[in-house]
Amino acid sequence: MAIDLINKMETMTGAKALMTAMEKEGVKQVFGLPGGANLPMYDEFARCDIRHILARHEQSAAHMADGFGRVSRKPGVCFATSGPGATNILTGIATAQADSAPMIAVTGQVAVDMIGRDAFQESDIIGMSNPVVKYAFQPRTPGEVPEAVRKGFYIAETGRPGPVLIDIPKDVQTGTAEMEFPDEFKIQGYHPWTDPDIVACEKAVDMLLNSEKPIILAGGGTIISSAFAELQAIAETLMLPVVTTFKGKGAFPENHPLSLGPIGMHGHAEANKMMTEADCVLAIGTRFSDRSVGTFETFEKRLKIIHMDVDPAEIGKNQQAQVAVVGDVKASLRIMIKLLLQRAIKKTEETPWVKHVKETKVYWKENLKIHPGEMGAAKILRKLRELLPPEAIVTTEVGQHQMWVSLFYDVIQPGTFFSSTGLGTMGWGFPASIGAKVARPDVPVVDIAGDGSFAMTENSLATAIQEDIPVIVFILNNYTLGMVAQWQRTFYKRRMIGVDQGHIPDYVKLAESYGAQGIRAQSMDELDKAIKTALSSDVATVIDIPIDPEEDVLPFVAPGTSLEDMILPS
Amino acid sequence: MWAIISLLVENKTGILFKVTHLFRSRNFNIDSISVGVTENPDYSRMTITTNSDEKRVVQIVKQLEKMIDTVEVRQLDEHKTVYRELCLFMINLSNANDSMEINKIANAYGGKVHDVKKESLMVELTATPHQIQAFEELIKPFGIIDIARTGVAALQRSGS
Repeated sequence: MAIDLINKMETMTGAKALMTAMEKEGVKQVFGLPGGANLPMYDEFARCDIRHILARHEQSAAHMADGFGRVSRKPGVCFATSGPGATNILTGIATAQADSAPMIAVTGQVAVDMIGRDAFQESDIIGMSNPVVKYAFQPRTPGEVPEAVRKGFYIAETGRPGPVLIDIPKDVQTGTAEMEFPDEFKIQGYHPWTDPDIVACEKAVDMLLNSEKPIILAGGGTIISSAFAELQAIAETLMLPVVTTFKGKGAFPENHPLSLGPIGMHGHAEANKMMTEADCVLAIGTRFSDRSVGTFETFEKRLKIIHMDVDPAEIGKNQQAQVAVVGDVKASLRIMIKLLLQRAIKKTEETPWVKHVKETKVYWKENLKIHPGEMGAAKILRKLRELLPPEAIVTTEVGQHQMWVSLFYDVIQPGTFFSSTGLGTMGWGFPASIGAKVARPDVPVVDIAGDGSFAMTENSLATAIQEDIPVIVFILNNYTLGMVAQWQRTFYKRRMIGVDQGHIPDYVKLAESYGAQGIRAQSMDELDKAIKTALSSDVATVIDIPIDPEEDVLPFVAPGTSLEDMILPS
Repeated sequence: MWAIISLLVENKTGILFKVTHLFRSRNFNIDSISVGVTENPDYSRMTITTNSDEKRVVQIVKQLEKMIDTVEVRQLDEHKTVYRELCLFMINLSNANDSMEINKIANAYGGKVHDVKKESLMVELTATPHQIQAFEELIKPFGIIDIARTGVAALQRSGS
């Protein structure tokens, strides 16, 4: 025993221990930027098999790691130096936290005895990041590094996933210790695995069976738990119409007859309508965000809520549930399906409710007014859908284009759609698409962008070219901060302030200057060709699609109102 | 409602910051907080009192439980709990009888008198927040110069 332990131990620096521990976790690449305080860690790249992917801004490095983590369901890793490197990475960490994405952020820190002395490039990143990390470690001696990494990965990827920060002072990186890499460890206050609650599952089944107008609301937790087959099985067994949150978009195939698409501020008209008519909701892995449900009081008054979530603190936070099913939603759904099988319940005939739902869906498919021009958002996104294979991964930026995706881009293969839905971080989609492509090099990856958002992290083109990561950026370009412009048109009597982007830059030339392919598409024919060219190309491609700056995203549930008050296109 | 929340946390740097930061960022309020190491030096016990509606208290407890550094979080039933706070009052003396009067009141509340000077005296009182408030009302007319309070410490009675 003692000899085993000694054999396992090896003298090395903290920096080397970090890389060794990460290799043990299966890390294949790190997205990051070097600087003074993380140089010892960077020096280790010369001596290990982990690939370094150079970002051009730490925020982008974090979004790349985030995109990688969401797609692979393993924490993506990003590196930044101390001070401004660490503060730059903070937006990326907060974005991952808001969307429960697994991530490991490793920052350099000034030497231990310099902490608190306002040293050059010192920032108290442990203090600053506290509300936006799942956990943070600051090893104070080299020997603490392996355990911080092991625990960090465990915390980041279990239960409700999230970002973990490991802040390593420079002398901890350079100092040496006898390193032990523990397989087993204990975190006393962390219990991410709760067994499925069978009694609650039974109650949930009974409540669904005793409702006349039940509906499923699938949230992002369904995707994180990859409970796709279970969701489809329960929907089909009980003939339950399925709406999703925006984060849950694509948890259920959007071409399925029972699918109504996302609810919320820019949800589908039929989804919002049916959500307000339902008498019971099976809510799976959702926190009932205000953007999804509108005013909290109106929503919970209307219907009975069955709330399934892996995070007990979500129960009762925004909505009071009649039945709470705490636990991994995949495991809980399996139990519910088993209960239905035992009771030999399988609905085959359409209830009046399902008939009504399907009629409503058809009505809105035929009657929702869309932009009449050739290059309206709906037509552009439907063309993209037509040409992309079902397994293609799509990310978005934040703004009007994102909400048009909510409305007009159907996700067919579950788990192929990702967006910054919680924090709403402009500039997320492009670097995240790079991370996604690293995780899944075998499928096309498209960042559906707006010009305003893309401008925030467009220098990640350098990473895409230099590291040969051929993603497609699909810009719906209205030369405007479009969503803000829409609010100014709607709520501020058309006083347009600070939204005009002045036709700057020329995105085709910008792409070309990075060595990427730039294509402008001004007609449906050109768009068709551009998408096909991009898909068959092995270099990153930017497709710039000028659109009408006056086009609004509709339907629209204005902030502070409820889903009934949806504004429709006139 | 007034609630007493008792937390057993790992005795590490930064935990008090994390707990109080959680209250701030979740928009909960802290009425009082006291912290001290337990019989096992690896742990500290924090006692937090808060004024909130019942739903929010449940949320506070859940959010505290979710924190990785908390080992145990309990909302204590005040009827099954011994809870006390230590309070020091510096009180003004202006009339000849004041000292005697204050002594009488302090005795009634089980308080101790310290630092008796010509112009002021200090009373140490260990009591429930409610009793401290009542005492404060009684001595207010004399003129309170300063107050220092520790926050509530609480332990549930055995067997409950």
